[in-house]
Amino acid sequence: MKAFAELYLRLDATTSSNAKLQALQDYFTQAPAEDAAWAVYFLSGGRPRQLVPTRLLRELAVRLSDLPEWLFEESYQAVGDLAETFSLLLPESEHSSDAGLAYWVEEQLLPLRGLAPNDLAERLPPLWAQLDRNSLLVCMKLITGSFRVGVSKLLVTRALAQLADLDAKQVAQRLVGYTDLRHSPTPEGYLALIAPPSAEEHAQRGGQPYPFFLAHALQQPVEQFDALLGPVGDWQAEWKWDGIRAQLVKRDGQLWIWSRGEELVTERFPELHAIATCLADGTVLDGEIVVWKPDTRTDAIAVQPFALLQQRIGRKTLGKKLLADAPVALLAYDLLEWQGEDWRNRPQYQRRQQLEQVVGNCAASVLQLSPVLTASDWNDLARQRETSRSLGVEGLMLKARESLYGVGRTKDMGVWWKWKIDPFTVDAVLIYAQRGHGRRASLYSDYTFAVWDAPAGSPERSLVPFAKAYSGLSDAEMRSVDALIRKTTIETFGPVRSVTPSMVFELAFEGIALSKRHKSGIAVRFPRMLRWRQDKPVEEADDLATLQGLLS
Amino acid sequence: MDLVIARPEGLYCPPGDFYIDPWRPVDRAVITHGHGDHSRPGNQHYLCAEPGAGILRSRLGADINLQTLPYGQTLLHHGVTLSFHPAGHVLGSAQVRLEYQGEVWVASGDYKVEPDGTCAPFEPVRCHTFITESTFGLPIYRWQPQQEIFEQINAWWRDNQAKGKASVLFSYAFGKAQRILHGIDASIGPILAHGAVEPLNRVYREAGVYIPETRYAGDIPRNDPLLRQALIIAPPSAGGSSWMRRFGDYSDAFASGWMRLRGTRRRRGVDRGFVLSDHADWPGLLWAIGQTGAERVMVTHGSVQVLVRYLKEQGLDARGFVTEYGEEDDASTSGEAEA
Ligand SMILES: [Zn+2]
Ligand SMILES: [Zn+2]
Repeated sequence: MKAFAELYLRLDATTSSNAKLQALQDYFTQAPAEDAAWAVYFLSGGRPRQLVPTRLLRELAVRLSDLPEWLFEESYQAVGDLAETFSLLLPESEHSSDAGLAYWVEEQLLPLRGLAPNDLAERLPPLWAQLDRNSLLVCMKLITGSFRVGVSKLLVTRALAQLADLDAKQVAQRLVGYTDLRHSPTPEGYLALIAPPSAEEHAQRGGQPYPFFLAHALQQPVEQFDALLGPVGDWQAEWKWDGIRAQLVKRDGQLWIWSRGEELVTERFPELHAIATCLADGTVLDGEIVVWKPDTRTDAIAVQPFALLQQRIGRKTLGKKLLADAPVALLAYDLLEWQGEDWRNRPQYQRRQQLEQVVGNCAASVLQLSPVLTASDWNDLARQRETSRSLGVEGLMLKARESLYGVGRTKDMGVWWKWKIDPFTVDAVLIYAQRGHGRRASLYSDYTFAVWDAPAGSPERSLVPFAKAYSGLSDAEMRSVDALIRKTTIETFGPVRSVTPSMVFELAFEGIALSKRHKSGIAVRFPRMLRWRQDKPVEEADDLATLQGLLS
Repeated sequence: MDLVIARPEGLYCPPGDFYIDPWRPVDRAVITHGHGDHSRPGNQHYLCAEPGAGILRSRLGADINLQTLPYGQTLLHHGVTLSFHPAGHVLGSAQVRLEYQGEVWVASGDYKVEPDGTCAPFEPVRCHTFITESTFGLPIYRWQPQQEIFEQINAWWRDNQAKGKASVLFSYAFGKAQRILHGIDASIGPILAHGAVEPLNRVYREAGVYIPETRYAGDIPRNDPLLRQALIIAPPSAGGSSWMRRFGDYSDAFASGWMRLRGTRRRRGVDRGFVLSDHADWPGLLWAIGQTGAERVMVTHGSVQVLVRYLKEQGLDARGFVTEYGEEDDASTSGEAEA
């Protein structure tokens, strides 16, 4: 546990990828396979559900730290992270367990799940007493299911690849499904991750998808594209769909559908199962799942807003009505495997050619080809991009014709650019503030924004909240906003303060839809703060009519 | 009767007709220590503990009207017996003991209970009423012994050296910087000091405190290979400024009690945070308060409400004092009210 805690602190302390990579390598070089197995699991996002109810943990911590409950609460408010608060308040241990991560997780932590409160109250204190403070912090993070650290799966992949002298793609491939809740990390599993490549490995994949290749944002003005990207003809342009990125795997007569989070979602999209019958075994498609049905106004079949798809995502059971209201299709845009062969190292244009054949030979209407746009030059393409909003797409994707299919956000095998349309923006008023978490624990950094419910000059207008946002300010700005919040507080309820409206911010968001759940009647997607409009008095903030105008 | 009350100008002693650490100019100012929030310019008369004179003169000007008093000696003024007692905070820092008609009050200024070798260690003084600071008045603040922190700094410095990187350590220029210099292993490599730190090193040396040899960082040319071996001590305000560019590839760190929390550590955006404070931690505050035997405790700058409530629950008569202290430890790192 000590070694893993040290790794956690090293990763947590730095923002440099190189330093993180070094820390990972140092850890994996010395860790026994059974510990490394769990480390990979946690670092690449695996998270067993909470093992002990928070309430019980708090009670115990208050008792052990010998503090009044209110003081524990004050401390938590200052720290902002429950696991860290525990580690700072529990009595410092004289001992420090040398047992490894695997022992701790398997023998000490996982068995806690489902124990009666009395048993827990008996077992936890002696367990904590074996841990030094840093190990205690990590242990608490694992117990509360809140272990998170700033490393990407890609970085873990790279560390293991370098350690074992393997291609990072190969390691990424092996890592797919590693964090599945159903499977528990084992030393054998870890050794398989870093083993030399074998012939059977390819044959034994079952329904495993490939790691997704991800796009980078393109933000330069179109005038620079020639210099930046070369001629438009070197690029394959497609719409950027606003749906769920998915891989469809057909092998051994079976179909699997994976989302970008490498979650198996086959059961969520029954209408796509028809595709299984017309794809040959050994075929893997990459594409976007969208709601695909006749538009209420034009009757033409078109992609529907993401909000509709979202209604399906949260549901455990899919009723007939929901399936009828929000039918989906897969818009395919890449071919990763064909006739059982990995096609990722072939250039984009070849994959596209073959993809067109594959989709063309499949009669299922729920499988469509994501069309390729043709353009005489970049300006022509820019004009086509202007129609994005009316088509319900987020902009364009640009894929180098020669590029291979990489892993994650790699750029060394060619690049995918997402050239998104500019977001919607409104000027809104800050009315509530909440303390942040982790890094921003002692600052009021999460804000609720409102717009006026009537135009300027109306006799009795008020502010209606419509969005929450917590990013987009520099640390310095955040500190001044924080100070103003403290000064203009009207009321404090727990971690939230209401403030006298005085600060206007320009908010950006990607989508907007009607919503019954929101007081304003409107829900926005991905709201974020662009800038603090210190030049604007609150009276000049936007009103609901502005938002409604964006709805069309 | 109350020997100290809060006035708009500062903490005031009515029978003695003088102020302690006033934040607005007054006639008579008794100064606990030389940090900027406790000793301000513009007062007619200054009185401080003898070892603090050098600091006060270097910060407020050689020409201030300053009277000094050795620790433990008394001075009678309008019937009030006044004496200074070590606060262990920085060079010359003192608690002020006031006695009048059998009543004894002690104003702590800022204090730290762990001795550090750069100033006279904290001495508890029995009193009826104790005026305490509360900068780190939450139980999450507990300090490791300073030697462990110095070992961490040494190891970090050595590690950077091995990688050919300069080691830039941010710390408050007066007190903390000298304490670090006094405590670290100076044999590791050359030590450079920022222009804000160097004059204070001189004052400490003149007071007989061991400070290893330091060089003024401004004298070293850019890209001098010496930089890659060196430890550079600089105030937090130097971070992010163009001054930093001269060091090329460097690792930076921040030494402060606030570094105890991961959140503040990360918000600082430095490679390392060393938990080192010149203020008492939570156990230190409670210990010091207990040692005075005071039944009444007035709490100033920091976690005033928390400490007041806690002490009340322990059966003490505790109250908050509103002051304008608390900017010295770089308030921006905490985000919490420290004034
Ligand atoms: Zn001070
Ligand atoms: Zn102070």
